[in-house]
Amino acid sequence: MPVSLLWAVDVYGRVFSLSTGGQQWEHCCDAVLEFKRLTAVQQCCWGIACDHHIYLNVHASDVPIRYQEEAYENQRWNPVDNFSDRLLPSDRWQWSDITGLEHKPLDGFLLPSTNWEWEGDWYIDENFGGEPTEKGGWTYAIDFPATYTIDKKWNSCVRRRRWIRYRRYKATDTWAKIPSEGQSGPLPDPFNDISCGGWEISEEPRGRLSLWAVSLQGKVWFRGGIHHHTPEGMSWEEVSLPGEVVQISCGPGDLVWAVLWEGQLIVREGITRDCPQGSSWVVVDSPNPEVGTIHVAVGVSVVWAVTKDNKVWFRRGINSHNPCGSGWIGMVGEMVMISVGLNDQVRSGSREDRAVYFRQGVTSTELSGKAWKAVSVPRDGDIRPNSSTSTSSLHSAGCFFSGEVRAQSVMSEDSDTEADPQRAVHEVGASVSSPPSVHLSNDPEAPKPRIPKVTSDSFISEMLSDRETKRDGAAATSIPEEEVTPGDAEAKSPPPALVLSPSQSGGPGDPQWSTVDLEEAQTHLAVGPAAGRGDSSDTCSLSSVVTCMLGLEGLYGPDDHPLWAWVSGGGCAVDCHTQLNWFNSVTALTSSIQAMSLSVSPAQTAAWRKQIFEQLNERSKREIDNFKHYEQAIEQSVWVKKGTMQWWRDWKPHKWVDVRFALEQFSGPEGHKDGIVFLYYNFNEEKKYLHAFINEVTILVPVLNDSKHTFAIYTAERTKQRWPIKLAAATEMEMHDWLALLSVSCCDSRGIQGPPSKQAIWSITCKGDIFVSEPWPSLEACPYPTPCDQMFWRQVGGHLRLVECNSVGVVWGLGYDHTAWVYTGGYGGGFFQGLASSTDNIFTQTDVKSVYIYENQRWNPVTGYTSRGLPTDRYMWSDATGLHECTKASTKPPSPHWTWVTEWAVDYGVSGGTDREGWQYAADFPTSYHGYKTLKDFVRRRRWARKCKLTTTGPWQEVPPIPLSDVTILPCGDQSVVEQIPLWAISNKGDVLCRLGVTLLTPAGTSWLHVGTDQPFKSISIGGASQVWAIARDGSAFYRGSVSTQNPAGDCWYHIPSPARQKLKQVSVGRTSVYTVDENGTEMFPRYYSFARLSVYVFNVALSVQVWIIADKVQGSHSLSCGTVCHRLGVQPMEPKGQAWDYGIGGGWDHITVRGNNIEAPRVRMPSLTDALRPPSTLAARPLPAGNTENGNAVQC
Amino acid sequence: MADDKDVLRDVWFGRIPTCFTLYQDEVTEREAEPFYLLLPRVSYLTLVTDKVKKHFLKVMKAEDVEEIWFEYEGTPLKWHYPIGLLFDLHASNTSLPWSITVHFKNFPERDLLHCPCNSVIEAHFMSSIKEADALKHKSQVINDMQKKDHKQLWMGLQNDKFDQFWAINRKLMEYPTEEGGFRYIPFRIYLTMSDRPFIQKLFRPISPDGHTHTLGDLLKEVYPVAIASDDEAKRYQVVIHGIEPLLETPLQWLSEHLSHPDNFLHISVIPAPSD
Repeated sequence: MPVSLLWAVDVYGRVFSLSTGGQQWEHCCDAVLEFKRLTAVQQCCWGIACDHHIYLNVHASDVPIRYQEEAYENQRWNPVDNFSDRLLPSDRWQWSDITGLEHKPLDGFLLPSTNWEWEGDWYIDENFGGEPTEKGGWTYAIDFPATYTIDKKWNSCVRRRRWIRYRRYKATDTWAKIPSEGQSGPLPDPFNDISCGGWEISEEPRGRLSLWAVSLQGKVWFRGGIHHHTPEGMSWEEVSLPGEVVQISCGPGDLVWAVLWEGQLIVREGITRDCPQGSSWVVVDSPNPEVGTIHVAVGVSVVWAVTKDNKVWFRRGINSHNPCGSGWIGMVGEMVMISVGLNDQVRSGSREDRAVYFRQGVTSTELSGKAWKAVSVPRDGDIRPNSSTSTSSLHSAGCFFSGEVRAQSVMSEDSDTEADPQRAVHEVGASVSSPPSVHLSNDPEAPKPRIPKVTSDSFISEMLSDRETKRDGAAATSIPEEEVTPGDAEAKSPPPALVLSPSQSGGPGDPQWSTVDLEEAQTHLAVGPAAGRGDSSDTCSLSSVVTCMLGLEGLYGPDDHPLWAWVSGGGCAVDCHTQLNWFNSVTALTSSIQAMSLSVSPAQTAAWRKQIFEQLNERSKREIDNFKHYEQAIEQSVWVKKGTMQWWRDWKPHKWVDVRFALEQFSGPEGHKDGIVFLYYNFNEEKKYLHAFINEVTILVPVLNDSKHTFAIYTAERTKQRWPIKLAAATEMEMHDWLALLSVSCCDSRGIQGPPSKQAIWSITCKGDIFVSEPWPSLEACPYPTPCDQMFWRQVGGHLRLVECNSVGVVWGLGYDHTAWVYTGGYGGGFFQGLASSTDNIFTQTDVKSVYIYENQRWNPVTGYTSRGLPTDRYMWSDATGLHECTKASTKPPSPHWTWVTEWAVDYGVSGGTDREGWQYAADFPTSYHGYKTLKDFVRRRRWARKCKLTTTGPWQEVPPIPLSDVTILPCGDQSVVEQIPLWAISNKGDVLCRLGVTLLTPAGTSWLHVGTDQPFKSISIGGASQVWAIARDGSAFYRGSVSTQNPAGDCWYHIPSPARQKLKQVSVGRTSVYTVDENGTEMFPRYYSFARLSVYVFNVALSVQVWIIADKVQGSHSLSCGTVCHRLGVQPMEPKGQAWDYGIGGGWDHITVRGNNIEAPRVRMPSLTDALRPPSTLAARPLPAGNTENGNAVQC
Repeated sequence: MADDKDVLRDVWFGRIPTCFTLYQDEVTEREAEPFYLLLPRVSYLTLVTDKVKKHFLKVMKAEDVEEIWFEYEGTPLKWHYPIGLLFDLHASNTSLPWSITVHFKNFPERDLLHCPCNSVIEAHFMSSIKEADALKHKSQVINDMQKKDHKQLWMGLQNDKFDQFWAINRKLMEYPTEEGGFRYIPFRIYLTMSDRPFIQKLFRPISPDGHTHTLGDLLKEVYPVAIASDDEAKRYQVVIHGIEPLLETPLQWLSEHLSHPDNFLHISVIPAPSD
């Protein structure tokens, strides 16, 4: 999960931010201004400063905000001047927009505000629909408006060309003033409150936000037009109101709530994709009629409110159909304000101590969370070098003193009055196990050791989630185990069984609850000291890291702890898997440094570990090596593991039959282990068996689906047949046990141990499973290579969509949610546990993907479009093919490991376009669909999407923050440890990025360098001699000039004409050849030979000219497999086409990378070796068809 | 880079080359040849010496044979200690192979336990595992296991099946991440010079202030004599599995990786060789 920020303002107006990965409040350095209010989202933070103006702070990103301005220059031919700017009176402007209707002189383009700057001057775009134009960029036509072509013909009377210029938003990471102007001049009064949200309403345009503001007079204003390219938005629109508003809150989705002066709340209704400002207000009463509401905070489907008596209330029953909810539930704790972040996580400002609290245990099923935890991290500047001695002991105290007891902070020298408690802290820290005494909090100087009624009110969520069941049991079980120490001054409250009486009054038959005030029931249970450790019994992972101290002394002002005035967590992404370091205050400074160097953990290099490895080696030399001729004390015997499974039988009719399954393991003749798999079945009442030698198994593939726990066993023979042994275990657990055991057994029999080598070939299945294979030199042997169906693949934990490696062991992967991951050097993870997995390099990995279903409708003359189809029609709710019924209720996530994270929503981003309700029309199923209705359309469909999330483990660590769609690493040879490895990527928005600081020690690199392009890109590859090739989204190919170690990003793009005017899809560059795939999936060569007619998903070329692809369909002797790994045989530097395909493992393969494999094949004479000895410049130039792309600065690699 | 998993293999597959000779006073029909064997360090003497017994019985009359026992340089070898421990404790720094004398008479009742059959060894082994898990997890893990899992642990040891043993044993080596280690480290410290059989105390892997305890911390607490102060020459060697880990090695790591199959960390403190 990327690092995100929590923002807060203290009572002096100073702005601080706290990173989810950090451990201290960072003072926002632009400290000229003092702020009243803040509202943060992921990409920016809005605030009202003390001058009542609104300011915007856009977070700097490695990819700048650029906006492309364009203008067209139009010319007409006349016999005298040839083409000239003398146009006919009826013609368009000489400078116009693309339609020609608007006059657009170049000097008429102005920067929208002082926060923008021009990136360069105007220049001519020489790319026309993916093809390079002649110099000058002119496109020709017979007349305006018409179809333009590149070629000038005899009847070309007009021509035009496109000028482009970029402007860049420059005011990042500073507070930029937003003029408070409405559509008709300045606004009448200054602002009092703002709230930003609404980014989940629509994905188009990118980065769209809604900003709501309240003025001093109680009017509400809406600011529209805010999106990625216009971060400042357009102008303020007034929203009519039923009363005067004091405060407003806008959630990520369509929830907007506001508080009226009178204490009631109003809810905005009618907020949709097309109308983000909504249509009307609905009034909701305050939770307590006598005490008005003063504050409200909303999330995706939660509403929290604070009343004038500082009580906190949770609104239940909120969803997108019912934005008003159904009733209030009183929460424990007294707060002044609340902020709801992403995933409906909650932070608040407490009333008495004005500290920031984080709501613990908020999950999608328990939106109300469990308990408040004080966020207690120092502010920057709080930690000083000379206090480092006391930090360690304080840390230990922090483990004992939970958030409820005021522990003193570290600032020893300037807080003389507090010397005593500090000593107490030290003592506690030093003594090993004596229970912490309470005199710490009895310090007369310090504010009262108040207990901010922060308790374990998890029973609220218990009641919410399963109020129909075990009502009494809930109360008993919901009290977390807390050790009560003698010093606990606060008396325990009465047993919380009382609390449930309100719910019983509601009665099981009455789902409509009356307002429940839990605090009235006096149930809070003072959490004593030692809670920090005791919390580990809590189920939520968040709580496991919680050890906190409350109230830190600041160095600022007379108060000895920060008084927070406002907090905004709108951009702060925390979920129940995130581990936060906010609750204990030590080692703040080192965390950021550690994050960067993940390849070699200090524990691995520790002297003690080295010593043990060395001594064990010496020991076996001393005690075993010389005595190998001695007899072994224990004779090796056979070990058998048996089980029952189901088998997808080989003969027709195919069906699942019960079989007994056994693995026999024994020691082979050379001492290494081997085994046989037996499968006993009955055929015509006769007992038969099938067997496979473990050393012949090439791969074990889990095929987990929602109905059966299936896996497939392949051998080379079965790969040829395209018919694996398919087995189903009774439970998922059993399947994983078998897979792990068989996998270890296969690896043992082949003598494979530990992490994959640097030369390993990586591949990914359509399920996102990751496999690696150790390449043999004989794979590329000439003329008799080893068939690639004999390659042995083993699984590595994690979930990826794409993987890329190079020969020094740098491996990057991209998830389905475009998150970038870097390989940590481990192995195992996922269901591989214990011996099959390394210990140090395994981390949690998450991935998110969408599941799509289609709603189909047919038109009939009476009722129009209805869900009543013809009897021959497809299911009215179906998958993309229409062959399988998929309803919203019956569609499950891909496997039990995936969980839904959103609701079903109409997907507007379908190729072909949709109408405003997401429908696509066609004459009949199944044909091509279009996004508008015509008279001939009798059917329509729309796509619904629902996101699901997987949490697994694997040897991968996230590379935040930019989501990527493609990545390429230079397949370099011997590399020194510090030398930078070129790595290029394409963001999921199409920006080209160059990673800096990638070395063997820091495979994750340090930062992105944005490489400007005129259009979004989709594929990139870097080959020998740092040749960078890329494919733009319009299918045109580009070559990046002057890329070198000194100039890692190169200087400019050269547009290379595509072969035979094909739209290209993917590119892969070897040492001397460039391979591309066009959109029809045909593989192309630089010299434009049309190649084997295989549909290609993806392919990959290693430096030593190995060509591997994933082919669409491959026919085997028994069956057909989609997504098959194929290897081109006979490819040589002088013969880049190769000779034939060799088919490897298949059946749902999506991606392969062989770019780590630089093993030279055993050939009699290696032509590529002579190539390598030539001057690099000629090497680089060869694949380039045009002279202007020659690259003299090529680097030897 | 070597992985921690390799340590487990190295520990499991540790072997001591041994030469068994029959005690000179035993009555034989003809001269007994010495018998050479690679003994697994992690196993028990009486479990792996069937071949030895068979070898010497060939030259002896049945009526001269009583319970077999072993002795090294006058010290009877306790079969209920792991073989590696016996070697480290009594025969470190001697030349290999390890020369063990085999007796069939005069069983030293005061020094040794009887071992009539393998089920006695199994009972001893399982009780050690249970004791260790009581220290590590309040017995929760071992009690959650099924009978067949217990059997698999034993069979793994008996048949020298690393995978079979570790498939179960890894569960005994797990601990909640947030705790950072076991409740207590199951360890025993053996001293050659002492009449106490071994030292065993409650000792946590993590100090109350969150620091990881090291081997040095343990020795300081339990047997400070073993640690040489800076100015004096090293008097003792601290040996586990025939190696001397550095004192700064984390105890939790040692317990996970260098424990014997009985889940105890057997630490020998032996006098440093004088030369």
